[in-house]
Parts: sequence; structure tokens; C-alpha cells
Amino acid sequence: MTEPINGEMPTASAAMRRKSRWFMAGALVVAAAAFLVITLGGISKNLVYYWTPTDLHAAGDKAYGATIRLGGMVAPHSVQGRNGASGLEFDVKDATGIVHVKSSGVPPQMFRENIGVVVEGTMTRAGYFQCNRLMVSHNNEYRAPKAGHAIDKKELQKLMRSTEGLKD
Amino acid sequence: MIPTLGRFLILASVLVATTGAFIAYAAGSKRSPEGLRWSQRFAYLFAALMLAATGVMEYALITHDFSVEYVSHVGSTQVPLWVTIVSLWSSLEGSILFWGFILGIYIAATTWVNRNDHQEYMPYAIGTWLSVGAFFSFLIAGPANPFLTVANPPLDGPGPNPLLQNHLLMIIHPPMLYLGYVGMTIPFGFAIAALLRGRLGQSFLRPLRASLLLPWVFLTIAIMLGGWWAYEVLGWGGYWAWDPVENASLLPWLTATAALHSAIVMERRGVLKGWTVTLVQASFLLTILGTFMTRSGVFNSVHSFTQSSIGPTILIFLAAVLLFSVVLLSFRIDSLEAEGQLDSAVSREGMFLVNNLFFVVLTFTVLVGTCFPLIVEAIKGKQMSVGRPYFDAMVVPVGTALLFLIGVGPALPWGKASRKEILRALLPPLITGAIVMATGLALGVRNVWTVLTLLFGGYAAHVTMAHMWLPFRQRVKRGDAIGPALVDAQLRRGRRRFGGYIVHAGAVIVFVAIAVSSTMRTQEEVTLTRGQSTTFAGYTVTYLGSEERAEPHRQSTIARFNLSKNGTAVTTMEPRMNQYAAMREPIGTPAVYSTITRDYYISIMNLQGDQAGVLIINMPMVGWIWGSVIMMGIGGLVALIPSRRRTYVVSPVPAEAAGDEVPA
Repeated sequence: MTEPINGEMPTASAAMRRKSRWFMAGALVVAAAAFLVITLGGISKNLVYYWTPTDLHAAGDKAYGATIRLGGMVAPHSVQGRNGASGLEFDVKDATGIVHVKSSGVPPQMFRENIGVVVEGTMTRAGYFQCNRLMVSHNNEYRAPKAGHAIDKKELQKLMRSTEGLKD
Repeated sequence: MIPTLGRFLILASVLVATTGAFIAYAAGSKRSPEGLRWSQRFAYLFAALMLAATGVMEYALITHDFSVEYVSHVGSTQVPLWVTIVSLWSSLEGSILFWGFILGIYIAATTWVNRNDHQEYMPYAIGTWLSVGAFFSFLIAGPANPFLTVANPPLDGPGPNPLLQNHLLMIIHPPMLYLGYVGMTIPFGFAIAALLRGRLGQSFLRPLRASLLLPWVFLTIAIMLGGWWAYEVLGWGGYWAWDPVENASLLPWLTATAALHSAIVMERRGVLKGWTVTLVQASFLLTILGTFMTRSGVFNSVHSFTQSSIGPTILIFLAAVLLFSVVLLSFRIDSLEAEGQLDSAVSREGMFLVNNLFFVVLTFTVLVGTCFPLIVEAIKGKQMSVGRPYFDAMVVPVGTALLFLIGVGPALPWGKASRKEILRALLPPLITGAIVMATGLALGVRNVWTVLTLLFGGYAAHVTMAHMWLPFRQRVKRGDAIGPALVDAQLRRGRRRFGGYIVHAGAVIVFVAIAVSSTMRTQEEVTLTRGQSTTFAGYTVTYLGSEERAEPHRQSTIARFNLSKNGTAVTTMEPRMNQYAAMREPIGTPAVYSTITRDYYISIMNLQGDQAGVLIINMPMVGWIWGSVIMMGIGGLVALIPSRRRTYVVSPVPAEAAGDEVPA
């Protein structure tokens, strides 16, 4: 086994080493600051907001163009264009707000009226929510299906955070 | 009976791990050989207790003993035996027990392998491992106890999460991930030992490097298996979504990869000791952070468990380890004095530094993007997430630059080199790069990043292949017979460098396959009535109808599609919807038709009478990802097999190019 022994550095270079160390520390701080500015800038441009219809109305102009996961219940008698690949429309509502949603995709099997959904997309200036992704609220744990299935706020929040079935 | 036995074993393991850790640290500071022998015994005993506890739990699962609370949560007499066996890691409590089981194996194996070596470091290492072991057995004994008794045992249980029953990949993905995650404890123990001892000699690099490489191999394979599983099961036609929990598995992989590279510079030039130790510590801390993310319920995803009671405990442990690591580093990093110095930036070691910089930037990028929503929610109470475009925009450029480095780094010589030497090394591979890029352009690649990836990928492939076989070619040139030259150059002497280049070759293919499959992918959502066809991406898909099939644990609806090309039938595809008793919503399982160039992917969105709403995806090159990641794992294993004992004496004179190494 050859274990090199830590040798003493020549004292002449000690001062230089200290100086270069300060320089390194300074460079590191600058680099870290630049990095933070870039990442936080990137994050703020790509945030996905988790809102209910009421939150969405409260956000006003901020909703246009922003990526939003809107969680709520499919309003009764609001679903149009069930058949065919394109042109599904429905309303998502909570206790105090309602938003009209247009979706182009094929809805999941469980999609129906009075069920909790989370739609991802953005609010358009034309006054409807353009949805590119539609998720139906369901619970992974065993529970006997309840009649009517009242919307479960907690479950919706969980679904909003989920990335299951994420599409580009 | 079973719950009592289990609880007894766990309590004993808490006791053994705690006592063992104290003895080991004391043996370290007193340099007592007797103390070291005792701490080794405690390490073996801890492993034996963990093994026994896990065995007891498996016994309870297989015999459907519903008086054990964990079994009553995840067990079911209706599921196949393999599902029952893997139920051990299908829910929170069992998965922590499984964690302890793997930790026990790692600790015992590493202690045994080094039982007569590295005496000055081993007590501290064993002490650190047993401290981690004490924490996890405390978790099992307290907040996540799977051995609680059910007062009125049910006759049957619900079975594990149906998503986990849906595919056989679920048998191997979690154990691989745990082998990777838990394994990071071992190099962490070695790093702490080096810091506590106040030195990191050349001979100690061997166990440090090997203990880092083994979990790295497991983690690499596990991340790929997770992506593959998502692709085969979740039905959205992708393998990576920047899900917080996926990120959690990637973060320690990034720092561990960086550490494997900086360890080579440390070995060759005697510098970057403190830095390598820092990266090893970071890898361990990130595995604990990942555990917090998956186990605390702060994120909801397919990977995470719902209970949240152990979150705060893990967070406290994370904070304690972080504090300990930072304090220890700040006091002791100076004692890991550099023995050599770096001569030139445009050199092999210079490229290693750039590599480390990129890996650290990637780590922070992903870490910030993953934790930002958590911090905002904790402070402002608002819910949000960071979208995929952030990760893509940040990671793609750095990733592409890393691919460039895979080409440039190994081409450059160690130490100082003349401009002429550098140009002679860097220019020829450009031809291969240009050819690959031109081929891509001819085949319709237009995305700028993909074009760059092809250029750098071709370049890196050329350099990797040239260097992989360099020792062999040198021996043949010298006049050796081909057979012996091959064995001697690639497998007997140069195994580490050979393995390293295999990893690089696999990585190059992964880069290209990811770029091509994500930018060249096309998809279509369509609703087909029975007998109706649609033509997409060169194939005609005809919906033939669906049938029901009942299995003991699920009810399947199988849709049948005929796939034909230019009027000739190619294959029949059968995506299905599985309805499990424990779930209200059926789970779709897509059907994939793979060829060497691309995958054709059909996923059912819904089935209504005669109609099927389907998602059809055309993904080029996606199959290459799985194969080449396995190749990376094999390369890692090749490099891991101990070769002839060799210790570099750090010298100011750079060694000749033929003896060079790439990470592994």
C-alpha cells in the first residue's frame, strides 16, 4: 500500500492560495446568483396554477394564457358533443363559480355529469377554458362507490397534484 | 403471535444498531482493534434481525395472516402469489421494512468484504451505517410499524394498489430502486469516515468508488425501469413527466454520477478530495429527501404513498444529517489536502471539472423546480406546480452539453498538451458526427436540439469506440495474437476503463434515443366504431371489437385492433381496460407494437358500446432507451469487478494516454 503523506505546502504560496480562494468564493457567489435568477425566471414563466372556478374568476386577467389546473364538478346537463373525437364541451363549477370548458381530446371512461374533474389548459379571451388534458377524480383506496358521489374537495386537490396520465 | 415476534425483532434491531454505532465510534476514536471486531459483530447482528423481521412479514403475507395490520391493508386471498410476495413494498410500512432489509444486507456485505482492510476508517464507517440503520429501525418500530395487531382480523383484504398489480415490471422496479437508494448509505459512511479520520488515502479510494458504483448501477437501471413501466402501463405514451417523485430518483443519480467522475481525478491527480466527499454526502442526503417526498404524502403521484405520519420524522432526520455533514465538512475539509494540482484547463481533468459543474447545475435545476411548489405552499398556502416546459428548457441545453463532453473529454490527454496534439485529437471524430447529423436531417429531423444531439452523439460515439478498443489495438500493433490481446487488454487489465467506455457508449445512445423519441413523436386521438379504420403514421388501424375476460382479481375488457401496412396485415394489437375490485375507475393498459426503428402505441381512452376512443402514438427509437440503459448497467458491472490491485502514485507528470480511464 502506498499512501502518499500530506506534505506541507511551501509557505510562499500560502498567501496566493488564500487570495485565489477569496477569488473562487466570489466567483461562486456570482455564479450562484446568476443561476438563481435564471432558474427562478424559468419557473415563474412555467408555473401551473391549481385553481377552482372561483379562484379563476378572482385571478382576472392573470388567467389568460397561464397554465391552469382547474378543479371542480361537471355541472349537470352541461355536457355537449359526447360522441366523436373532437368538440366536447361542459361546465365546471364549484360552490360560487362556473367556467365553460372546451376539450378536443377523447374523455376518460369515467367522465360524466356530477363527477369531480380536473382540466388542464388555459383561459381564452373568448370566455371559455381551452382544455388539453382531462382527469377524472377517483380514489386509489378502496371505498364503496357512493350514490351521487358528492364532490370531494380533498380528493380534487390530490388529483390536481397528480401527474398520472400526463400528456404533452 | 406473528405481530409480537415482528415487533420484538424490530425493537431488538433498534437496540443493536444504536449500541453498535456507539461501540463503533468509540472504537474509531480509540483505534481499538477489539472495538472494531465488536462493531463488526453488531453490524452482522443488525442485518440478521432485519432479515428475520422481513422474513416474518413475508410469512404473514403468504399465509394471509390478517391479524397483522399491514397484511390486512395490502393482502388479499384473491390475488396471485407473486402479487402477495411483492406486496411487501406496495405500501408505506412494508416498504420501510424492505428498506431496512436491504440496508442490513448492504451493511453486512460491505463490513464482511472489508473485514481485514482499511482498519483506520472502518469503525467510523460502520458507526455511520448503524446510525442510519438505527433511524430506519426506529421508523419501523414507531411511526411506520407494519407489525401492529388488528383486534378483529378481517376475512379478506383489499389487495395492493391495482396500478402495481398491472404489470410484471413492478416486481423488479422497486427493489432495484431501493438497492440504488439504500446503497448510497455505504459510500456516505465511507465519506464520513474519511472526514472523521481527517484523511483520504489512495487505497481508501477503492472501497469508496466501488460502494458508489454498485448503487449507481442499480439506480440507473431502476430509473429506466420506472420510465419503461410508466410507458407500458400508464397509457399516456411517455416515460418521463418530471413528476416530483421521478425527480427524486434522478437527483441522487446526478450527484453520484458527478462523484464517480471526480473520484477519477482524485485518483489520478490527488485533487478534488473534499469535493468528491461533498458529492457523496449530497447523494445520500438526496436519497433521504427523495424518501421524504415519496413517503410523506406531500406529493400525490403514482409512486407515492398516501399516509403522512412519517413525513416530519424523516424531515428531522434529513435536517440532522445535513447539519452534521456541513459542520463536519467545514471543520475537516482542509485536512483532505490536495496532493497535486491541475495544470491546464484544456485537458482530460479540465473536462472532468466542467462535467462536474454541469452535473451540479442539473441537480440544482431539478431540485429547485421540484421543491419550489412545496416552499410556496408552505409559505403562502397556494397550490401550484412547475410545468414541464421549465424542466425541458433548463435540462435540454445542459444535457446536450454533457453529450458534447462525453465526446471531447476522453479525446483530450491528461495534463498539458500542445495545440497540435489537441487539434489532432479533436478533429477526426467531427466526420462521424457530421455523417450522423446528415443522416438525421435526411430522415426529417428538424428540431435544433435533436440535430445538435445527433452531431455530438456521432462525435462522442466515434471517440468512445476509438478509446474503448485502444489498448487492444496497441497490443495487436505490438504483435500480440488477437485472442490473448483482447482478453488481456479489455478484460484483465483494463476492465475499469473498458467498463467505463461501455457506460459512455450506452449513454450516447440514450441521449440520441431520448432526443429523437421526444421530438419526432406524433400522436392522434380518434374515436373508432367497430369495423372502422384510421390511417396514421404509415399504418392502418382497424377496430375489430372488444371482449370481456374475467380473472380472479380483475375484470378485463380487451379491445382488438388490426394493424396493417399497405394492405398487408402486420399484427393484432390488444390494449385493455382492467377493472379492479378495489378501484372505481378502470385502468387502461396500452398495447405496444415495437420494431427496431419505432414503437406503435395504442391506448384506450374509453369504450362505449361499439365505439372505442383511442390514443395512437408513433414513437421512433424509444425501444433503444431501455436497451442502452441496460448496457450502461452492464458497463458499470464490468468496471466493478475488482481487477489486479493497482495504486496510482500521484505524480506531477501526467501518465500516458493509453492508461486513461473514464468513470466507472
